[in-house]
Amino acid sequence: MNDVNSGDRIQPLLEARGVSKYFGAVTALRDVNIQIYAGEVLGVVGDNGAGKSTFMKVLSGLHPPSEGTLLFDGREVKFNSPKESRDLGIEMVYQDLALAGNLNIAENIYLGREPKRSILGGLLKLSDHKAGLRMAQEHLDSLKIHVKSVSQLVEELSGGQRQAVAIARSTAFEARVVIMDEPTAALAVKEVGKVLDLIIGLKERSIAVVIISHRMDDIFYVCDRVMALYHGTNFAESKLADTNRSEVIGWIMGSKENPGEVAHDRVQ
Amino acid sequence: MTASNKIDPEDLVDTSTLRVKLIPFLDRFGILIVILLIGLVMYALQPDVFFTWRNITNIFKQTSANAMLSIGMFLVILTAGIDLSVGSVLALGMMTLAVTNAGGVPWPVVIVLSPLMGMLAGFINGVGLTKLRMPHPFIMTLGMLFMARGAANLISGGVPYSGLPDPVRFLGSARIYLGEFDGTRYNLPIVLLFTIAVYFVFWILLEHTVFGRRIYAVGGNPQAARVSGINVDRVLILVYTLCGLMAGVAGLIMAGRTNSGFPNAGIGMELEAIAAVIIGGASFFGGRGHVLGIFGGVIIMGLIKNGLNLNNVSSFWQQILIGAIIIIAVYIDVLRRDFATRH
Repeated sequence: MNDVNSGDRIQPLLEARGVSKYFGAVTALRDVNIQIYAGEVLGVVGDNGAGKSTFMKVLSGLHPPSEGTLLFDGREVKFNSPKESRDLGIEMVYQDLALAGNLNIAENIYLGREPKRSILGGLLKLSDHKAGLRMAQEHLDSLKIHVKSVSQLVEELSGGQRQAVAIARSTAFEARVVIMDEPTAALAVKEVGKVLDLIIGLKERSIAVVIISHRMDDIFYVCDRVMALYHGTNFAESKLADTNRSEVIGWIMGSKENPGEVAHDRVQ
Repeated sequence: MTASNKIDPEDLVDTSTLRVKLIPFLDRFGILIVILLIGLVMYALQPDVFFTWRNITNIFKQTSANAMLSIGMFLVILTAGIDLSVGSVLALGMMTLAVTNAGGVPWPVVIVLSPLMGMLAGFINGVGLTKLRMPHPFIMTLGMLFMARGAANLISGGVPYSGLPDPVRFLGSARIYLGEFDGTRYNLPIVLLFTIAVYFVFWILLEHTVFGRRIYAVGGNPQAARVSGINVDRVLILVYTLCGLMAGVAGLIMAGRTNSGFPNAGIGMELEAIAAVIIGGASFFGGRGHVLGIFGGVIIMGLIKNGLNLNNVSSFWQQILIGAIIIIAVYIDVLRRDFATRH
């Protein structure tokens, strides 16, 4: 189905090798490996406390790994802050969306990377609100995201619209990897589909997408490959076509035998 | 009847547009309406005195120190912080100025010492808050409130110094003579122009610079700011330093107006600044408020004091009234937010 990923002929865009992360005496991650490819959606599943969110924060540069290495385009990289990973095109969409409700949509999209204009011959750099609004509108149009106005405050938006703004923000600057933490968890049912279609849209732009999700429906709708973390370490991994919901749910619970009788979707 | 004839009640009265347009307008300019109303009441009560040039410029002179403290306090409150030390820092700046002047330091140095001292105190507040990871700015600035007051007393021996050279007094007391009309001499206090200029600069800073928008972002959601690559600690340190700077400027103005330095200056003024900022529509939770509103908050406090003085009302009543206005101002904000979020 997706030839890019079969075999190891293609170099992964982002790779983690033997990553461990300790918080004091607590081991959050132990020897985790992952390969992320351009134009592919990878689903990461695992129970609460399995280390998914910590791992994503390592990938996005928020937490430096205690051990192990990260490779981007085959070169070893070290991130001291999310800014450094963003500069390479690795973007994170946080579960709490990390938007400032008191700012408008355009300002949120360009937060930290504001368009500027110089006045007085470069003596003073001002924030270029007009350019921000125009760029935001064009960017949202290209993603087919519809909002009343890009000068609307984010706190006035619905959960789905906020998620769309967060995704728009992650792709505003040549993103190559977009990592999303529970992108549909906070959404109304009717908004979930739109966000998932948006994710598929990113994949079609050859962006590598990683989503952490609890929802099997989401995983089986958008992902090409799924991997499970269990107790902070790799547990199982498969192309989506070669597995099924029961098996993936089994992985989340730490079982590799296919526990048909506990699979939620088998009930009824 | 075809489907196209159906009338959607939403189309008849577009309440959403009314809300979208009216509320931001009231947010920005509502305070001017309040000022106008208070002014009208004052005028009705004291028609001969209130609306005279002399009285109006007096209001500005009397509120100028609070105007400086309030704009600095506004920046801090925008970041969901608080600076309790500004009154003490004002005194520290003022006493540094008075003591060095008495010690024979030339006036150009004396003038800059008060703002510099303020900046230093504010910088320490910011660094302490972020690098010592104080749980809340309340703690750091409460510490500074005591330290700055102590230092002001220490360097002056706890006694006032009076008599300052004219250049040092310039900002606080100089006036431009405008001319004489109908036997009245019209003067324009320099501090009035200065206050307007300062507020204009802060308006540019907050609305039109990247740094200003980042202050709003830090106040709106510090986590979002952090993951967007904004150095939140740096923003906070700069904000507290600017707040300290404005307290030092207030010290310079007050020294100029009173021609002296007294170590008890500014006691309780941090609370007046907080009151002006809250009346001016800023949110204690950060990220909300406009420079124009804060200017309005300062003027409202000045108008009320002035009006009550003109009517010989006890200053104790002033305190009660200002307290009530703070509560009413925030309650109006609560109602406004209810209205804005109702769908």
